[in-house]
Amino acid sequence: MQVNMTVNGTEISEEIEPRMLLVHFLRDQLRLTGTHWGCDTSNCGTCVVLIDGEPVKSCTTLAAMAAGHEVTTVEGLEVDNVLDPIQEGFMQCHGLQCGFCTPGMMLTARSLLNANPDPSESEIREAISGQICRCTGYSTIVRSIRWTAEHEAGISQGGAA
Amino acid sequence: MTATESTEESTEERPIGFGRLLRKEDPRLIRGMGNFVDDVELPGMLHMAILRSPMAHARIVSIDKSAAEAHPKVVAVITGADLAEQGLAWMPTLSNDVQAVLATDKVRFQHQEVAFVVAEDRYSARDALELIEVDYEWIDPVIDVRKAMDPEAPVIRDDLEGKTDNHIFDWETGDAAATAAVFERAEVVVSEDIVYPRVHPAPMETCGAVADFERVSGKLTLWCTTQAPHAHRTVYALVAGLPEHKIRIIAPDIGGGFGNKVPIYPGYVCAIVASLVIGKPVKWMEDRTENLASTGFARDYIMKGEIAATREGRILAVRTEVLADHGAFNGVAAPTKYPAGFFGVFTGSYDLEAAYAHMEAVYTNKAPGGVAYACSFRITEAVYLVERMVDVLAHELEMDPAELRLKNLIKPDQFPYETKTGWVYDSGDYEPALRKAMEMAGYEELRREQAEKRERGELMGIGLSFFTEAVGAGPRKDMDILGLGMNDGCELRIHPTGKAQVRLSVKTQGQGHETTFAQIVAEEIGIPPEDIEVIQGDTDNTPFGLGTYGSRSTPVSGAAAALVTRKVRDKAQIIASGMLEVSVADLEWTKGAFTVKGDPAKSVTIQEIAMKAHGAGDLPDGLEGGLEAQICYNPSNLTYPFGAYICVVDVDPGTAVVKVRRFIAVDDCGTRINPMIIEGQVHGGLADGVGMALMEMIAFDEDGNCLSGSLMDYLIPTALETPDWETSFTVTPSPHHPIGAKGIGESATVGSPPAVVNAVIDALKPFGVRHADMPLTPSRVWETMRGNHTPPI
Ligand code: FES
Ligand code: FES
Repeated sequence: MQVNMTVNGTEISEEIEPRMLLVHFLRDQLRLTGTHWGCDTSNCGTCVVLIDGEPVKSCTTLAAMAAGHEVTTVEGLEVDNVLDPIQEGFMQCHGLQCGFCTPGMMLTARSLLNANPDPSESEIREAISGQICRCTGYSTIVRSIRWTAEHEAGISQGGAA
Repeated sequence: MTATESTEESTEERPIGFGRLLRKEDPRLIRGMGNFVDDVELPGMLHMAILRSPMAHARIVSIDKSAAEAHPKVVAVITGADLAEQGLAWMPTLSNDVQAVLATDKVRFQHQEVAFVVAEDRYSARDALELIEVDYEWIDPVIDVRKAMDPEAPVIRDDLEGKTDNHIFDWETGDAAATAAVFERAEVVVSEDIVYPRVHPAPMETCGAVADFERVSGKLTLWCTTQAPHAHRTVYALVAGLPEHKIRIIAPDIGGGFGNKVPIYPGYVCAIVASLVIGKPVKWMEDRTENLASTGFARDYIMKGEIAATREGRILAVRTEVLADHGAFNGVAAPTKYPAGFFGVFTGSYDLEAAYAHMEAVYTNKAPGGVAYACSFRITEAVYLVERMVDVLAHELEMDPAELRLKNLIKPDQFPYETKTGWVYDSGDYEPALRKAMEMAGYEELRREQAEKRERGELMGIGLSFFTEAVGAGPRKDMDILGLGMNDGCELRIHPTGKAQVRLSVKTQGQGHETTFAQIVAEEIGIPPEDIEVIQGDTDNTPFGLGTYGSRSTPVSGAAAALVTRKVRDKAQIIASGMLEVSVADLEWTKGAFTVKGDPAKSVTIQEIAMKAHGAGDLPDGLEGGLEAQICYNPSNLTYPFGAYICVVDVDPGTAVVKVRRFIAVDDCGTRINPMIIEGQVHGGLADGVGMALMEMIAFDEDGNCLSGSLMDYLIPTALETPDWETSFTVTPSPHHPIGAKGIGESATVGSPPAVVNAVIDALKPFGVRHADMPLTPSRVWETMRGNHTPPI
């Protein structure tokens, strides 16, 4: 079947098997391999992408379900060689080690910060609780997201963060 | 850094050497531009999937693969019988046992590899698995490890000639008679049955490989999730008879390892065979069930622990009897002389008069392995045993567990300290670490709060552990894996313009080697880390060495990196003496330049020396051009990091849910290279420890069905089950490591489970509880509160 959607701002039209999962569509067909895969049961969140700005587990979404929607993957965070502040935050606060959970974590964080620019530690923990990181123990991920919130607040007030 | 962390270390933004430095690996990973095995895509690449046994123990009567072969997108279907024809149905394990690549005679654990399919795409390969018909004949499985040695127990390994039982090995350490004598005259003896259940490392990236065999050149390239690429290469050469110079192993970015990616799995071998037979690249990636239910698990020790002490709380001796479940094949990765790894450090951090351990390891119808999960070769089990037992003793003596530990810790002037099981702890200053942790925790205040809460019927617990790790295997006179000495090579090249490349035999799975090793070289030679490229994980482009596990990268390979840099620096000094026309002895090194003593104006930088080394004109007599060196480092001893941990928990009396409120960790890993990375390593290990203590267990039913084959059933802590870690450190350098570093990767995984369990038991003290086994899930805590505690296996 034919699907049309917007991926990282680009309109695409592709022929797929109807059963194809979004994660495999992105990784194998579009070769956007920053979206990862880590479980069979929708538990790990390494596959999280944004669909119309909302975090979604792409392993549990058919590619066909994304038709007509806007998909953002980790590759779409950097725009015109400028990093999204969340990417900067993860680097500054050692929010990643192996980097396997990181794309999903950053996209969930991006969506959280868009809705709530000043989240508390417990709001952050709640937001990422559907995703697993086996390396960091989460504290540095929480700090990375807080760093980003503070940095973005600085920018929106016109100051340097 | 946390507020509690000292700021004695370099605070430079871009330190040339040790200090907090942002990671060199991050820019690609935060852009989704990492290159993991499943990201590898080669022209014409095929996909492989493995058919696994639904039963734990069964004879294979017949396999009909015709329907699968008829699938239009299937290229090949291979069974054990096909492999047997090539002599490839069995392969060696890391413990000199053999393991079936594909089952031929019978299956010996649920999810064992039975056949594989190679197809044009991922989905078709999986579809075709359903078309393979296997007829099995049930055999009673051996699941309860306590019954594995019953005379009537079925013999699992009837493939081994003359095998009539399920015994693997007996092993003992320490002095049985001397220990018995101490126990006989001791005023106080406590004993406890302690189970460390089977757990799994479960890295977020599962295991996989892409094999690409080039028919004409005869070269095999294998992209693989391996922590030990060189060791794998040699084993493939030995198993498959491929010439070793025609095998290239590439370990690209790896999504976490924790020991899970040390062994060679049948899937890797199958992918290689598939590419050899078909002549095209073949990719295999496990799904999560395959990872959890068939690859290297950890622990699975049933231990009886005993401590002898005086009434005043002087610990005299520790004794233990262990029954070890190794699964269907003995795949534990331990140095040959140490079948139970480094379990000998069960003597802990205490000055004892005697110690003794006896262990029996047996086969059961469960997945093989035993290496994995940040275990430092069974130290996790050893530390849990002794730290749990010390709390049992504190309970018996009605003594504060911190006071009891302080009374018995090895004193600084006793180092190097030889334990009663023959390990020589290189250096330590234990008491300040424990005192620091107690101060950070506000220990006395916490005890007061606990007393008040107990009055009100609230359940709050404070748990301690003090651990000593043994890492950095190891001296080649004592340590090898499958006959390969546990040494590591390192090569450093300084290019003409003063930029450098350092090549490692070890391989990061997230620990940050690209950054840490650049900092080690930078510290020694003064070239900024950004000018130093770290090359790893490619056997064609790095020197031989045994890889990254057992926290050995910094102790072994880190030493190699420092020493190879010093070797280059020595040569640079000779070149500098020619450039400045003074004798070598008249030069002094300030990071990055040689200067004439007493004449600071006369100086050459390492970059100038590098150009001279490669440039035109004469060099001092007898010196070759170029500025590079290679070494192979053989450590003279292990290194012994240590730490003091305190965990504070609240247990809900109504639901028995355990909440980890605080966790304080003071670690001493000797010289600290990058405090940010060290802190990250500690955090990750603490989360592992909370997971094992409260949630994680690979469980089986009596038929041998794995009940924990998904992340719905095998619970891993999320951000909600983990607190904001409070970390700090002391620094006691290793005397024999060139930079004094000791390794940190596994400290927290080793040290944290007893702290969490001790905290929960402490919370349950009002119920008279002295011990309960992990995982301390709400239902298990609930039963324990009611006096119905049962071991998890
Ligand atoms: S792959 Fe694990 S939740 Fe999607
Ligand atoms: S950084 Fe490795 S899983 Fe999160």
